[in-house]
Amino acid sequence: MDTAKLEFLRGTLEVLILKALVWGPLHGYAITSFIRRQSEEALLVEEGTLYPALWRLESKGLLAAEWGLSENNRKAKFYRLTSEGRRQLRHEVKTWQAYAAAVAKVLAATQLPEPEEAQ
Amino acid sequence: MTTTPFWRRYARFFGPDPVADVKDEIGFHLDAKTDELIRQGWSPAAARKEAERQFGDLRAVQRAGQQIGSKTERRRRFSDYATDLLQDVRYTFRTLRRDPGFAVVSLLILTIAIGANIAVFSVVNTLLLRPLPFPHSNELVWIAPPPSTCGWSCATYSADAYEEFRDQSRVYQDVTGYEAFTTPENVRLTGRGDSAPVTGIEVIGNFFQVLDVQPALGRLFTPEEARGPVVASSTGTSVVLLANPFWRRQFHSDPAIVGKAIELNGSPVTVVGVLPDSFDYGAVFSPGAKADLFVPVSLDTERMWGNIVTLIGRLKPSVTVAQALDDANRVGPDLYFNVKYPQSRGQYKGGLVPVPLKDYVTGKLRRSLIALWFAVGAILLIAGVNLSNLLLARAAARAKEFAMRSALGAGRGRIVRQLLMESLVLSGAGAIFGLALALVVIRWLAHQGSFALPLLSALRIDSQALGWTVVIAIFTAMIFGLLPGLRVAGGNLQAVLKDSGAGAGLGRHHERVRSVLVITEIALACVLLVSAGLLLRSFFKVLEVDLGFQPDHAASMNVEYDDSAPTRDASLAKRAAIFQEVVTRITALPGVQAAGISDYLPLGPNRSWDTPVPQGKVAAPGEMPEPLVYVVTPGFVRAMGIPLRGRDFTWSDTRNSERVVLINASAARLYWPGEDAVGKILMRDKEEDHVIGVVDDVHEESVESRTGAQIYYPATQQGPSRAQLVVRSSLPPPVLAPSVLRALRELNPNQSASEFRPIRTIVDHAISPRRFFMLLVATFAGLGLLLATLGIYGVISYSVTRQTPEIGVRMALGATTGRVQRQVIVNTLRLTLVGIGLGTVVAIAVARSIASLLFAISPWDLPCYCGMTLALLLVAIASGYLPARRASSINPMEALRNN
Repeated sequence: MDTAKLEFLRGTLEVLILKALVWGPLHGYAITSFIRRQSEEALLVEEGTLYPALWRLESKGLLAAEWGLSENNRKAKFYRLTSEGRRQLRHEVKTWQAYAAAVAKVLAATQLPEPEEAQ
Repeated sequence: MTTTPFWRRYARFFGPDPVADVKDEIGFHLDAKTDELIRQGWSPAAARKEAERQFGDLRAVQRAGQQIGSKTERRRRFSDYATDLLQDVRYTFRTLRRDPGFAVVSLLILTIAIGANIAVFSVVNTLLLRPLPFPHSNELVWIAPPPSTCGWSCATYSADAYEEFRDQSRVYQDVTGYEAFTTPENVRLTGRGDSAPVTGIEVIGNFFQVLDVQPALGRLFTPEEARGPVVASSTGTSVVLLANPFWRRQFHSDPAIVGKAIELNGSPVTVVGVLPDSFDYGAVFSPGAKADLFVPVSLDTERMWGNIVTLIGRLKPSVTVAQALDDANRVGPDLYFNVKYPQSRGQYKGGLVPVPLKDYVTGKLRRSLIALWFAVGAILLIAGVNLSNLLLARAAARAKEFAMRSALGAGRGRIVRQLLMESLVLSGAGAIFGLALALVVIRWLAHQGSFALPLLSALRIDSQALGWTVVIAIFTAMIFGLLPGLRVAGGNLQAVLKDSGAGAGLGRHHERVRSVLVITEIALACVLLVSAGLLLRSFFKVLEVDLGFQPDHAASMNVEYDDSAPTRDASLAKRAAIFQEVVTRITALPGVQAAGISDYLPLGPNRSWDTPVPQGKVAAPGEMPEPLVYVVTPGFVRAMGIPLRGRDFTWSDTRNSERVVLINASAARLYWPGEDAVGKILMRDKEEDHVIGVVDDVHEESVESRTGAQIYYPATQQGPSRAQLVVRSSLPPPVLAPSVLRALRELNPNQSASEFRPIRTIVDHAISPRRFFMLLVATFAGLGLLLATLGIYGVISYSVTRQTPEIGVRMALGATTGRVQRQVIVNTLRLTLVGIGLGTVVAIAVARSIASLLFAISPWDLPCYCGMTLALLLVAIASGYLPARRASSINPMEALRNN
């Protein structure tokens, strides 16, 4: 599978960002690294979309941001989940799993199902 | 993430900066990426380039970031503000609940002041500011000659003049008018049980089209109908339009009324339409009167009657009133009074002056209304100053609270905002209650038919009044909230916190400010009292005016009669017989002192005929005035209580005997200056009228204006246009009414149950606008006085509280109670006298500006100023007395211990 061609479905990036912050505050660069490594290099987040997505989430109140120092002592903006963001993540994960399972079921079909009888 | 180093805290010292935030964040990302690439073996320069390439369009991302950032910032700031605001409001309600006495008193003051302001604004808005209730009403003009003493006959035009003016003028879309000599209850609605008296107005057929009034039901008059009822032919059908209230009341809003026939004066008339509720004829053209139905005037019939119609024109768009005047001056000299008589040409020269209809309707009230507006504005100021005082007292009491809050980190701006919020909540609540009060007042006023003021029925609280409410609520809050706020915020807070007594510098400073406020209040009250006093005294002068007749113990009723006969002489004889019968029977009723009939009563519509000239004198045309004409029966002069020198008419003054007249004193002076008019002869063309008596001048147009020449003809020799029975009796009119009506019905079973109206009500109606304004201004003055009293009391009482320790010391050192009391009273009087001094100066200026509203009273009227001074001094002493009593009962020991 060609990794570069894997495009994000609408809204997927937001869930992944929320998920990345479950363990604590991270800056933008760490979030891209997390997604890349966790997906075993399958998902590459473009910076041009990541940052606007982060800011939108911040503006919606799902994330809160604070300036701090990175591992190598540079000033970086750290994002963390707000309680509202945590709730949103739980909800999105549930929706996403249900959706994925449904798509998987359809794709796993081996033959045309029996036509339903008209009553 | 490690902890933030201390210098970081100042990175955004000058406030949030979304632009720099975005830049920093992206910079960090690029640095991190570059580092990683270098670790993977890239050269530093290539790594940086690769990192930037991977990032993509840097600028687009930055822009997006800035946009989102500033939006977030705005939202955050707003939510901070809203939270603070909510906190302030909650806090305000808590503090107000803690001090319900203060809340109730200030709400009451505000409700009255704001309510009065809204009500007066609505009146001013309806009468002065808002256009008349017709589409494009600025195009409408009233065309009339300059004012004269010959009444309505000189303010109206003949049918010929109307038609020629309409056809020759070039500036009008159309010209219309109505018959000006209509009197109330001139038509009988018959065919429905007892006949009911109703008021019908004869209008020129295009009247409603020119005013652009659309019927609520049916249609307006057609051009054929507009010519009026066809007199000669019995097949011609008459038509009528109903006024909306009349239709609702008399026909129970019958939706199928259009096309039905109703019976007026016994003949059938077809209803062609119902006018909309928004059209109120009386409100615009005849204040204080009602109109029930409208019929087209027959210009052909009226042609012989002389001046009968008023003129109303609708100007073409973009034509000015000045242009219309030029055009009228061009057309005027060519108009004929009657085209059959060539010598009647040119009679209207200079007698056609168009003025905006709005000015005609409300122009006379402009000054009164503006004065009223100022009066009610003064009330608002006094109320604001009063509350400012109350709040200052409270602020002084709460100085510790504010000092504490300030010490705990509240900014001065925050504390001022808190105080302003309290004022805004108070004035907002006051505005809501005030609006309710104004609604009640306005609704009451709109249904007051007894005030002869135009457009009153159109009064309502509209969006403009609501806007005005908001404006004055905020304005009031500013007056009384800002000053205490600034004072508190400007005080030395440490001093307040340290100092435990009430005698700190803040208090002394407060007192000076409060004294200034009280002086302002007294001065304003002073101005109101003087204005009200002048208006009140004018009103009493108007009541004292010698009307020329005795309005008390007399009442009048409309008499219906049928004098139809083949010839004029026969008709005259028949009418004379009927009148004699009526007057004889009514005079014979128990309790009746005198009775008589006239066709017109004073202070109502009137008319004139002809220009009599003393015998032996030759007068140039226009030199002699047209006297007002009354056609009366024997007994009328006595029934009205008009003083008479000479003899009254008798029933033997008939068509066949010598022609006789009565003239008034003005006419006598005019015709025979310095001579006795009784026995002299007046010539009308070739006919002689013998003057048999001279009567006093009767105020015919208004109580306040001067009177002109008047002439009385006997109903037994001339044709009256109708019959108003006047009965003089010591019995109250309601008691007498049934027997009068019974007597009339014995003579004429069709006589309708007309109102038996005391003559006094005619006079009251005529002076009702003055009464209206006088009452309002007097009410406001009373309110102003009350508020000023409260203000004086508040300040003196507070200063006594503040000086408790001082008074204690003085009493401990031997001051007597009398001395302490005197001191307090003297303080009060000093404030009051300064206020009166200032107020008098302003009052004199104001009095001069309202001089035109006064009647027989000079703006320098001494009793008014003395009365005002006395009233204010009395009030000051009364409101200083209570605190003085309190001061003298201070127990020195307790006062000293408490400090």
